[in-house]
Amino acid sequence: MDSLLNTHRPPVFCPGCAHDKVVRGLDKAFVNLDLSGDRIAIVSDIGCSGLFDTFFNTHALHGLHGRALTYATGIKMARPDLKVVVTMGDGGLGIGGAHVLSACRRNLDLTLLVLNNFNYGMTGGQCSSTTPPGAQVGSGFLNRLERPLEICEVAGGAGAPFVRRLSSYDPELVAVIQEALEFDGFSLLDIRGLCPGRYTKRNKQTPKDIQAELDRLPDLSFYQQQNARAEYGSHYRQEAGRLQAAEAPLQIETSCTPPGSGRQEVVILGSAGQRIVTAGELLGLAGMSAGLHATQKNDYPITVMKGHSISECILSSEAIGYTGLDAPSVVLALGPEGAAKRKRMLKELPSASLVLKAAGIELPECKARIAELDFKALQVKSQDFALASLALLAGANRVLNLDMLKAALHFRFKGKALEGSLALVERIASQESPAFS
Amino acid sequence: MGRSFLEGNEAIGWGALAAGCNFFAGYPITPATTVFNTMLQLLPPRGGTCLQGEDEIASIGFCLGASMAGHKAMTATSGPGISLYSEQISFAIGSEIPLVIVNVQRLGPSTGSATKGADGDIQFMRWGSSSGQPVIVLAPSDVADCFLLTMRAFNLAETYRCPVFVAANKEISMTRESVDLNALTPPRVIGRSTADPDKDFLPFAVPEDSLTPDFLPIGGKTLVRQTSSTHGPDGYITTEPELIEKNQERLQAKLEKEVASFTYFQQTGPAQGSTLILTYGVTARAARDAVSALNQDGDRAAVLDLKTLWPVPEALIIERSKAFDRILVVEMNLGQYVREIQRILPNKKVGFLGRMNGELIQPQGIREAVRHG
Repeated sequence: MDSLLNTHRPPVFCPGCAHDKVVRGLDKAFVNLDLSGDRIAIVSDIGCSGLFDTFFNTHALHGLHGRALTYATGIKMARPDLKVVVTMGDGGLGIGGAHVLSACRRNLDLTLLVLNNFNYGMTGGQCSSTTPPGAQVGSGFLNRLERPLEICEVAGGAGAPFVRRLSSYDPELVAVIQEALEFDGFSLLDIRGLCPGRYTKRNKQTPKDIQAELDRLPDLSFYQQQNARAEYGSHYRQEAGRLQAAEAPLQIETSCTPPGSGRQEVVILGSAGQRIVTAGELLGLAGMSAGLHATQKNDYPITVMKGHSISECILSSEAIGYTGLDAPSVVLALGPEGAAKRKRMLKELPSASLVLKAAGIELPECKARIAELDFKALQVKSQDFALASLALLAGANRVLNLDMLKAALHFRFKGKALEGSLALVERIASQESPAFS
Repeated sequence: MGRSFLEGNEAIGWGALAAGCNFFAGYPITPATTVFNTMLQLLPPRGGTCLQGEDEIASIGFCLGASMAGHKAMTATSGPGISLYSEQISFAIGSEIPLVIVNVQRLGPSTGSATKGADGDIQFMRWGSSSGQPVIVLAPSDVADCFLLTMRAFNLAETYRCPVFVAANKEISMTRESVDLNALTPPRVIGRSTADPDKDFLPFAVPEDSLTPDFLPIGGKTLVRQTSSTHGPDGYITTEPELIEKNQERLQAKLEKEVASFTYFQQTGPAQGSTLILTYGVTARAARDAVSALNQDGDRAAVLDLKTLWPVPEALIIERSKAFDRILVVEMNLGQYVREIQRILPNKKVGFLGRMNGELIQPQGIREAVRHG
């Protein structure tokens, strides 16, 4: 295979720039691996490393600062057969830090070349995430206050199995890039070099200095064994291959007759953990089993096992437009938090409304008829208050009937959950409730 | 056929699947999370990909990469996530990367109220990226719309190679509704126009009869270049003012000149009369209820529910408003789309009703605004 360098667009780096060595090293690695341009995607970041894609005859994507790994991830997941190479500088490393860490944790088969020249070359030599505190840079004293990032140690700690740091002048550069490209998983190379345009104008640094610093740093080869694991893409496809395709949404045919026509608005007021939303869904399904239109609008806070839980349901023989409630025909007040949230609504209830409330729930003065339910005597636990209330309504043919509620249970539950809920509904619906006397 | 009890976000997922979506990435955020949940159920078992990014910027970035590799990609978030998407949206606009972005709007500003609805991002979606180049925004008002408009969003993203927003709202996305998906008439599924891989390929060259470049995927036999930098037809950076100007004007024209072919709307009530209520999204439902009551009382009011918000369907709005004495714009914010209506109808009396307290605008309030406006 011939060189993949684009002869129409030769590198435009400053004389003596280390990036030039990496461009040629990368090309040699491609040639040695016998890769053609259509099997490679180079994804480049912003800055001088962002020019890399233009020097090669390969697929190329040049995107936003710090985000190169995000595009590369999408490309590699879509096309697992491609060699995807990402080039970024020490700038991209800093701004895109979250993506670097996630790429390490994920272990998708990408090769990340960090072209580390200790400063922002293109914008004026400001300090970057790898600038030593003693350097003179375009950010005044600011680099003296921060500690440079040892990306290989961080990457290894985050789970990258293949991490190497080396000099752009290392005779092994081509061999190491080649090894990284061949590695089946995420590989990160911290490739250090001179920036003659900015950094070495104010700081004494030679290839020998870079090598001496690298020699001083601890060995990293243990990460390869420590972090060895399945490559993300193949692992993903393996896991996905075991999944069953989700069934199409449940389709409900009309099988029951509703107790009446018109529009019924039901509000269920409760607390987290009382299965309020499930009860609202059951009510909707029950209505649909009788050919009614149904909506269910829920209200709950960002907390999970604390706070109010409210379900507002409409059943109507006409299509439903506005999904808010005008005048609820039935309110189930089953938990204190929910009842407290709807004080204003409760106060304004018309006299035709019926409120079924659990013992201990405080309600404001209102015109509606209020009936207290003694769930303790009925032997119903708090998480079943809502279902038991629906059973009482069904038993009295108010809003729904028993056929509709049972149909809803069959749509919603299976196995033991179905058996248990059917038994509860049968038991409660058969009770003579003073609420409807 | 039977009906299903679905929330808007589930219908968006099924609509995406019906449109050929095979790549989704998102970051959990209320009230958009159930789109992610649905896609996780739908895509991986069918050979597609559903990823959870480390943040919103990564999620949309994954989608851009996958789209450039030829996949049909979608992401979903809410206001705080759209803020983080901004620079990537600019990339998709300027570099013509097809993508569907579901914005399940919640009450802002900022983190605002995670579980309360609003239509507060209507101008933000249009203008929240650098350059001011246009995007397409479609607004569903019910669960059936969520399914159909998501399909249309994919078709438009593919046809015009651009990001397309589905501007949902917590009040539609997380409200369940009985709906017969089989009774809907889905649009024909459209893929992006591809170039002949055996001919010389310039990634941003435009065929004579089109304003949108033909596509070839990264990873095919023909080498493809993509760049976020200002580029010429060859996909390399350019500083030529003439090339730049031609491209910028094309990016604007390819959507704004074509809006008539994707102007979706629903008009209810008489074709002429006293007040035409201009609205969109969940508020259109309350407006239809209000108009039905007003018509029964002899008031000749009507509703124009705009399902295409951006580019502004100016021809439709001008045409439909002619036969009415007055316009009333109703929206779940303190006045955003009304600016567009005032701009294109300078000689018309334009009233406004807006609300931003986490609750739906009620039919009664709209009736009063029509009667006493």
